[in-house]
Amino acid sequence: MRVVIAEDLALLRDGLIRLLQAHDCTVVAAVDNGPDLHTALTDHKPDVAVVDVRLPPTFTDEGLQAAIAARTHIPGLPILVLSQHVEQLYARELLSDDTGGVGYLLKDRVFDIGQFIEAVRRVAAGGTAMDPAVISQLLARQDSTGPLAQLTPREREVLSEMAEGRSNSAIAARLYITEKAVSKHINNIFTKLDLPPSSDDSRRVLAVLAYLNGQ
Amino acid sequence: MATAPHHRAGRLTTLAYLFLLLSQNIAALLLLPLVIASAVLTLLWIGLPFVILTGTLLRTLAHSQRRTLTHLNPKHPLPFAYRPIPPAGITRRGATIITDPATWKDLLWLISGAANITLIALPLTLLAHGTLLLLFALGLTGPTLYDTYTPTTPLQHLLLLAPALLLLALGYLLLPLTTDLYLRFNRLLLSPSEKARLTARVAHLATSRANTIDTQAAEIRRIERDLHDGAQARLVALGMNLGMAEQIVEHDPHTARALLTEARETTRHALTELRDLVRGIHPPVLVERGLHGAVHALALTHHLPITVTIDLNGRPADPVESAAYFAIAELLTNTAKHAHATHAWVHINHGRNRLVITVADNGTGGANTTGSGLTGIRRRLDAFDGTMNLTSPPGGPTIVTLEIPCALSSPKTLPSSETA
Repeated sequence: MRVVIAEDLALLRDGLIRLLQAHDCTVVAAVDNGPDLHTALTDHKPDVAVVDVRLPPTFTDEGLQAAIAARTHIPGLPILVLSQHVEQLYARELLSDDTGGVGYLLKDRVFDIGQFIEAVRRVAAGGTAMDPAVISQLLARQDSTGPLAQLTPREREVLSEMAEGRSNSAIAARLYITEKAVSKHINNIFTKLDLPPSSDDSRRVLAVLAYLNGQ
Repeated sequence: MATAPHHRAGRLTTLAYLFLLLSQNIAALLLLPLVIASAVLTLLWIGLPFVILTGTLLRTLAHSQRRTLTHLNPKHPLPFAYRPIPPAGITRRGATIITDPATWKDLLWLISGAANITLIALPLTLLAHGTLLLLFALGLTGPTLYDTYTPTTPLQHLLLLAPALLLLALGYLLLPLTTDLYLRFNRLLLSPSEKARLTARVAHLATSRANTIDTQAAEIRRIERDLHDGAQARLVALGMNLGMAEQIVEHDPHTARALLTEARETTRHALTELRDLVRGIHPPVLVERGLHGAVHALALTHHLPITVTIDLNGRPADPVESAAYFAIAELLTNTAKHAHATHAWVHINHGRNRLVITVADNGTGGANTTGSGLTGIRRRLDAFDGTMNLTSPPGGPTIVTLEIPCALSSPKTLPSSETA
């Protein structure tokens, strides 16, 4: 897998390079600012890019802006955005082109290396990886009223796992239930939320996220 | 001191305002005997409570007159500069009122009430009589004028048209002149002396500076405590765990692994705490997206639908943005907690060199400014000479308006409207 990394702190950049190289990834470029990131993304067209939101020269959301700009040139270019804090606003912007291949995670998630590598692979394959903090905020916001209130606790668990971007088998493994049970729950969720059923995993996740975002 | 008033309002509006001014002057005339009575009683040392009462009434009345005068000429607002009345102590309160030069200036205005009434009433009387004569000349009223004169021929009727029109024209011409004179005269009487204005300003600045320093000191103490008890303590625990893991990794790899997992969890907790702390000091989204993005982000995570409209041609200075953001966040938290609302609105624009923020909800109302949250907002705004106005009648809606004097940088247009 060919990866571009954008992170301005050398300590973290080297850590990410080491971590990804240890898991069969080739780091084709590791940059530390927004303009370089944009060049690297358009030149290398990597399988996936791991990007810090805040980068020089402005130290604002340079990384996010470069990622979104690159995706308008190369639709569906897989980008995993890392940040010290998560904002619904940014999640919404990343998801707005509705093509998948996006991830948005807190930097803490790198601690769980297995999960993190899985998320990188998922994004590279055109799926999504949304931070649990984003999903729990989305769920909490819609909680009081509406169809979400009709979900059973188990269905809510499945919904948040699914919204984070996991496949049926991954959800089954994490909740210690069978894949069959997972797809049954998912069918129920889609019926209760009045969403059109879909067999494609990443399409389904995007539909759920769009629903939660109220788009 | 007094500047030439510009009649931007039409004659009809001016006329309406004149009636308002007239009623305030009549109230002033009614207050005059009370003031005299309390002055006499004070000489006998029993009138202090009356002085406080009449002094407060006088301030209120004079201030309502100032507000009306400002309405008539919004370009030149009439400020007021009273010494604040102490909250307790009859003698102290009475003494403050008596020794405040502004009280004596107000008294001068009170005494000139009769002159003021004459000045306003003159064109009004001319217009009234002119109208009456006109109606009579056209035969639209009874047969007798002023209960004395009964014209017999139609010619006599029509001859009255001349004085009618004369009176109306005179009133019409005099109206702006007397109004102008009135405004100049009363502005002169009611505008505070430069010394009083500066004294009041200095007193206000001293209070607000003290408040700002207190608030900042408290904030820094809180940050220190949070770091000390939170992230710092967790890093110590983390170091201990790692040290122990290092020692036993050779002969007890199983326990060492458990310690490492624990170390990872501790790091995660420390990060979460630091993140929350940073959000409380200066939210990252404010750095990255400015007030515009930060308020939209805030609206997105609120559990109510919030309509955000922001109309700014640039960004305010960082400290103003920060104060505005925290004020909006606090107000929206209040809405979520107390208002039982189903929708809220945030509107931000900039005009007359002020950042104007309105936060409203359709809840049950009944909010008051004594809550610690609102007091905190007021204190924060005070540092910028900002103001907060709260309207929250029982039954709702609640509307809070914040105004912060500030300029905007970089002429970039960011009009936007979105319901989250």
